[in-house]
Order: sequence, then C-alpha cells, then structure tokens
Amino acid sequence: MTTTTFETERGYGARRVLGQILPYAILTISILPILIGYAWIIIATFSMHTHGLMPVDSEGNFGGLTLQNWTFLFTPEIWRVTMNSFGIAIAMVVGVGFISTLTGYALARMNFAGRKVFLGMTLVLHAFRPELLLIAIFQVLLFLAGIPVVGKWFGFNTVGGVAIVMITLELPLGVWLMKGFFDNLSWDMERAALIDGASRFRVWWEIIIPQIKPGIAALAIFNFISGWNAYLIPFTFTIGSKVSNLPVYLNQLQSDTAPTSWNQIAAVGLFQLVPVMIFFIFTQEALLSIYGGGSKGGT
Amino acid sequence: MRVELENLTKRWGSVVGADSINLEIKDAEFVAFLGPSGCGKTTTLLMVAGIYKPTAGEIRFDGHVVNAVAPKDRNVGMVFQSYALYPHMNVFQNISYPLKLKKVPKEEMHKQAQRVADMMGIGHLMDRKPAQLSGGQQQRVALGRALVKEPQLLLFDEPLSNLDARLRLSMRSEIKRLQMKLGITSIYVTHDQVEAMTMANRVAVMKNGKLQAYAPPDELYDQPRTLFVAGFVGNPPMNFLEVEVTRENDDYHARREGFDVIIPSNRGEKAAGKGQVILGIRPEDITISDEGISGEIFVVEPLGRDDLVDVRIGEASVRVLTDPAMELKMGQATTLDFNTRKVQFFDPQTEKSLLWAD
Repeated sequence: MTTTTFETERGYGARRVLGQILPYAILTISILPILIGYAWIIIATFSMHTHGLMPVDSEGNFGGLTLQNWTFLFTPEIWRVTMNSFGIAIAMVVGVGFISTLTGYALARMNFAGRKVFLGMTLVLHAFRPELLLIAIFQVLLFLAGIPVVGKWFGFNTVGGVAIVMITLELPLGVWLMKGFFDNLSWDMERAALIDGASRFRVWWEIIIPQIKPGIAALAIFNFISGWNAYLIPFTFTIGSKVSNLPVYLNQLQSDTAPTSWNQIAAVGLFQLVPVMIFFIFTQEALLSIYGGGSKGGT
Repeated sequence: MRVELENLTKRWGSVVGADSINLEIKDAEFVAFLGPSGCGKTTTLLMVAGIYKPTAGEIRFDGHVVNAVAPKDRNVGMVFQSYALYPHMNVFQNISYPLKLKKVPKEEMHKQAQRVADMMGIGHLMDRKPAQLSGGQQQRVALGRALVKEPQLLLFDEPLSNLDARLRLSMRSEIKRLQMKLGITSIYVTHDQVEAMTMANRVAVMKNGKLQAYAPPDELYDQPRTLFVAGFVGNPPMNFLEVEVTRENDDYHARREGFDVIIPSNRGEKAAGKGQVILGIRPEDITISDEGISGEIFVVEPLGRDDLVDVRIGEASVRVLTDPAMELKMGQATTLDFNTRKVQFFDPQTEKSLLWAD
C-alpha cells in the first residue's frame, strides 16, 4: 500500500514540475524574437558591422568592436534635444496628472450642469486622431506666437508650444482614467472625512489622492513615455535642432544624404530607452501596490 | 443634545428618499431607525449628518436650525457600515484625524487618542494599518474616531452588519453600555429588528421613505399601529388571517372557514361589523392543545429552544412556537388554542390598526 501511494505521489510531483516549467518555456519562446532584437541593438551599438548577432569587421571576420557609435554623446546637440524631450515628458506628467486628477474627481463626485455633455465631448475628442487636427493646431500656435511673452514660450516652434499641444491631446484619456479610479472609491470614506471636520479640498488631498496613488503612477508613466517618445507633434511644430527632441533627432540621422549608419541609430535608440527604464523601475512599485483597503463589504 | 426633524424630505428628481419625516429625539436618548433596505433610513441619517441637503423641512439641534450648517460644524460623530477607515493611515492617525483637523496641539492629541483607544480596547494597535486588523478591531477604530472629538450626536449606519453573529452580540451590548455611560444622543440605523429592539430607547420604523411608527420597543411590539410594523417587528413574524368579526349574544367571534375564536370584548368591539379585517397573532400566542381549532402540521422547523411549526387551517396557515419535547410530525392532525387577549386587528385597505390607531 505504502509503495503505491509513494509512486502516485511521485507521478503527481513530476507532473507538477512540468506544470511549473511549461508556462515559462512557452513565454520564453514567444518573447524570443523581441529578446533577439534587443540583443542585436546592444551588440550593434558597439560594433562597426554585424552579421546576425555577431560583430564583424570589414572582411567579415569576428571583430570590429568600436565605441565610435557613441561619439554622438560628445556633441552639444544631443544634450539639447535630450533636455527638450525631458522637458516635454515632465510637462506631460505634471500637466496631465494635475488636471486629470482634479477634473476626474469633479466628474466622479460632483453633480453640475453640463456634466454629461462634458463627459461625452471628452470621449469624442479622444476619438479624433491628432493628425486630423494638425493644421488647426498650427493656426492656433501661429496665433499664440503673435502674442508678446506667451508667444515666446508657447508659440509655434517652441518646446512649450509642443508640450501644451501634447498635454491637450492626452487630457481626455487622462480624465477618463482618473474618473474611473475615483468611481471605484467608497463614498463612505469621504463622508467620514467631511464629518471628521475636513474641507472638501482636504478630503481630496489627504484622503482620496493617497487611495489612487497606483492610478496616478500609471498615468505618470504613461505620459512620461508618450512625452519622451513624442514624434509627430514635435516634428510638425518645430524647425531645427534647437527645439526638436530625441525622436525627431533620431529620424534626422537617416534622412541625411550620407549613407545611414544603422549602428549609430541603434546607439541613439538605446540612449533614448534608458530614462524610460529608470522611470519604470521607480514607479513600478506604486503601480503594483494596491492598498488592502480599510473596509469589508459595504459601499 | 435634542434633535428635531420637521417635515424632513429628500427627493432626487422623482425618486423620494425620505418623505416628510417628523420626529424628535430627547437629550441622551438612543433612537433606532428601523426598516428594510431602501426605506430611507440612511438618507435621513445622512441629512442629519449634513452630507445630504434636505429638499424640504427642517433639522434642529437644540432648537437651532442646522440645514445650512456644514458637516464639520455640526459636531457629530459617525460610524459607517463599511467602517470607512482611511487605509493609508495607521490606527493612531485614523483616530486622531478629527483632532488634527481641529488643530489640537500634538501632545493633547496623543493623550486624547490614546485615552479613546484604551477605552475601545485597541490601545496596543496604534501602529497598525486598517488592513492588518480584524473586522471587530476595525469597527472599534471607527467608533474611536467618532468619539474622539467628543461629539454631541453619534450616528451609526448599520455598524454591525459586517461582523459575525457572535461578535455582533458583544459589540451590541458594548455600544449600548458606552452610549449610556457617555450620555451622547445617538441615532442608530439598522435593518435588524432585534438590534433596534434591544438597544434603543425608542424605535422609528420606516418604509418607503415614510415614518410608520415611533415608539419604545415594548409598545411597538404590543401595540403595532400598522400592518407593516406588526409584520416587521418580532421574530418569527406575526401571523395574519383574514377574518370577519361579529357580535353574537355578548361574545365577539372572529370567523373564517374552519376557524372560529372568541375575542375579548375590548378588542372585539373595535373590529366588529367592519366586514373583512386582518387578524394578527404572534407565533408565541398560539399553543398546541387538546381542543380548539383543528389543523394539520405542514412543516416543523427546529430552532433549538423551540420548534417553529407551520399549521394549515383550511386554506390559511399559521406559524406556532412549540416545545420540541412534543415531537410533532409533519402531516399530523392537531388542535390549536389562540390567546385571543393578544390579537391585533387591521383594516385591509388602509393597513392601519383598528385597535391603536388614533
């Protein structure tokens, strides 16, 4: 009897090990193409030519390792466009985050005239492709450029102008996302805070905002990435490298009359990837930690 | 603090939450709002707290109209069904939050929060987050937070419904003792009639936004003013039979098919000659006896101390509380004795009591 039991247990154990390995095996195989792609980028940035994943010199033999692809780091231009990219990304994180949390709260919690129309309109706005609005936005930026002071910072061909357009286009999604997070919060907690003696603003700031930190983090990383990687808007509304950003700069590397150095493009691409990775590492904990909640059941 | 509600009404468009509520609560009184869900009891409570603005009517605290006073200036404490603790704050921060908002000095704040926490038996849990506490402990924190600012009015919104049965019993007596000790006027919303009956000095029964009755528990039980109150208060619920009451010689008879009992004249005379009326009688006022109304036992439900027996009389059925030692069986024929000194009569149209309506 004992032996039989032992054998069955062993059979069961083997199946369990297989059950644990199999998902990883499937996942590994399915992401392999992407992993190979990243591996190629990293190898390519340090070599003159590549043959498959192997760095080669001009005769096709293994070798040809070089740091030449990274020399762009020593031009002032790259740091200027990086700062511009960074500026746009931060402006989006702060701008969209701030406006969306306030608007989302009002839409989720307060009843005011035009609330439903406003909600509907924001959705419709989000349905418009930014490409459709390019000419209209161009007119607006030209108009802004004509105003003293404001035009200098937010008109056509300024980083500020690009940031404002990007924020505006991103707001409908941000507002709806935040409204969703607020909708999921219990009213009781807010009522309790009001009765405890808090003003409406303090309730929002001290009680409600801490509950939706994961949502704010999600919105922040989303906006940082879309600001950092923005291409269409900066490309359309800026002229010259003074006000352009990284993706536009990256694109210009291949539109030159000289033959394109793909290895250099890979290096700039990798350079562009680093801040996003760092930003993600810092925000992922907030993204994954959702409060256990201080309530059982109820509304 | 004395609380008065006068014609208090809350409407959202065509939806009526509370409909012309009139009642007054004496200083230090413990009043329960009792009713099925959606009857308007929580709506009324939230109006008293200042969260909802009344559509019409007045709320007065000690004679002053407070309709326009913000919740934070009403000096009320409230305990919610969901506890509504702030999950990102620990127990100390939760309890001291009302004091922090009042700008009480730090040292004083610590002292008061600790005093209240000790009183609630959670003084050793000050560093915990709500998620690390059991349901009962969370409820104590919520109660502590409501008490810490020494409110003049305590509001409870079904505070015990999320606790298990045993904990509910002990918290029930604890809240009652605490309320008596502190002497704070309290309103307690519940759908559990046992809770309302055992805890409150007076019970306000509500249905569809309307106040049905407002009386001490005993009176509510013995002299229900409406059919709804009679059926809602008491467990197991009151039996209702459609009968006709007639006077024959000097006796009042309540009759229906297979049913004929003699009613004491003080109750019988109020129901006689009114055609079909509804007779109400509680399960504990009917006994199985050797003679009386004959019926057939339909179902026997053991409740432990008693058996609840469903007896068919013709087309009607009544529920009777019996001694389990009688070992009654389904399908068995039996006879019932009705304690007619305890019967109630209701008008089937208005659903008002024929005995107690004023």
